[in-house]
Amino acid sequence: MIHFDQKQFDQALEEGSLMMVDFWAEWCGPCQMLGPVIEALAEQYEGKAVVGKVNVDEEQELAMRYGVMNIPTVIFFKDGKEIERKIGVMPPQVFAQVLEQNQ
Amino acid sequence: MIYDIIILGSGPAGLAAAVAARGRNKSVLVIGSRWQDSPLAKAERVDNFLGLPGRTGMEMLKAFYQHAAGLGTQFAVGKALSLLVWNGFSVTAGTQMYQSKALILAPGVVRSAKYPGEAEYLGRGVSYCATCDGMLYRNKPVSVVGLAPDAPQEAGYLKSLGCQVVYVSPRQPEDLDPDIPYVKAARLAVRGGQTVTALEADGALLPCSGIFILRRAIAPTDLLPELETENGSIRVDRRMATNLPGVFAAGDCTGAPLQVSKAVGEGHVAALSACEYLDGSDG
Repeated sequence: MIHFDQKQFDQALEEGSLMMVDFWAEWCGPCQMLGPVIEALAEQYEGKAVVGKVNVDEEQELAMRYGVMNIPTVIFFKDGKEIERKIGVMPPQVFAQVLEQNQ
Repeated sequence: MIYDIIILGSGPAGLAAAVAARGRNKSVLVIGSRWQDSPLAKAERVDNFLGLPGRTGMEMLKAFYQHAAGLGTQFAVGKALSLLVWNGFSVTAGTQMYQSKALILAPGVVRSAKYPGEAEYLGRGVSYCATCDGMLYRNKPVSVVGLAPDAPQEAGYLKSLGCQVVYVSPRQPEDLDPDIPYVKAARLAVRGGQTVTALEADGALLPCSGIFILRRAIAPTDLLPELETENGSIRVDRRMATNLPGVFAAGDCTGAPLQVSKAVGEGHVAALSACEYLDGSDG
C-alpha cells in the first residue's frame, strides 16, 4: 500500500490505472478503524488496482482539490478521473464491489 | 485487547446485560454516556420496579451502575461513532477504537429521523464528528446543532481549532462557552449548492460551510445498515438476537413498553444469549 504525497499521487493519477485512495488523519478514530480494511484490500487487489492513503494533515492541497470534508473518505479514480466516493467506515465488500465493477 | 462483549448503551438494559455477562466471566465494555445523563435520571419516582418501589431514577441508575462496575465491567464514556463488522466487531468512540467478539445494542430510544437536506449533504458539509472533521473546517464558519449533553464541549473544541462557531439548539445549554453565539431554534434544514452554504433555523438562514449535527447517539440502523427493524424498533427474537450474527439488542430500542423492568429483563437475556453465542463460536 502506498502513502501518497502530492507528487506520487499526481503521477499515479496520470498513469490512469484504477485507484482507490483513503483520505485519513491520525486524530480520527474511525480512520484508525478503516486502516486495516484498506490494507487488506491493497493486498487482495495487488496488480489489479493501486490502493493507497492520503494523510489530509500532510497533504492539505489534495484534500482541498477533491473537496474532502469528512474523513475517512475513500475516492476511486480511473483514467485520471474520480468515478466514485464512499464516506465513512464501511465493510471491505463495499469497496471490493467498486473495484470489481471497474476492472 | 479484544473484549468478549461490547455493550452500546449505559442505561438499565446495558447495565443489566453487563452484570449477567460478568456473571458468566466474560470481559465486558460498556460504551455510553455518563449514567447520570440517562433519560431515566429525570424520573422523579419509579413505583413499578419489583420489590423496590418509590425510588428516584437517579437512585436506581446509581445502584445499577455500581453493581455493574463492582463486578469488573469496563466503561468508556462517549458516543459510538462508527461500527465495523469484520473479523468481529470494531467500534469507535471519540478518538478510540474498541473491539469485541459479540455486540449488544442497548442505546435506548434513538430517533433516526434526519433534517431535510442532512443525508444529501453528508460528506459535503454535514458531519457527525467534531474530532474527526473539525480540522477540515479551520477558519471557516460552522454551525453546531447541539442535541447531546456533550455538544457544548465539542463546540468549544471546534472554536479552539479556529472555526467560527454558531451553536443552535432548542434549549440553551448552561455550559456553552459565552463567546460562542447561540441561536435558539428547533425547525432545522440543511441548505446548499454543491456543498453546504447555510443552516436554516426556524426560517432564518445562518451562512456556514459546515454543519456538525451532534445527537445523543447515532441510530443503530445508521451504525449497522443491515440491521432489521419493525415499526422503528430493532427486530429481535425471544433470545434478543437480531438478524445479524453475534448482535443482540435489549431495552427501549426493541420497542414498548419503555420501562425499567422490561429493559433489565431483556438486558439479562441478551447477555446470556451473547455468552451462548461466544461459547459456541469458541468451541
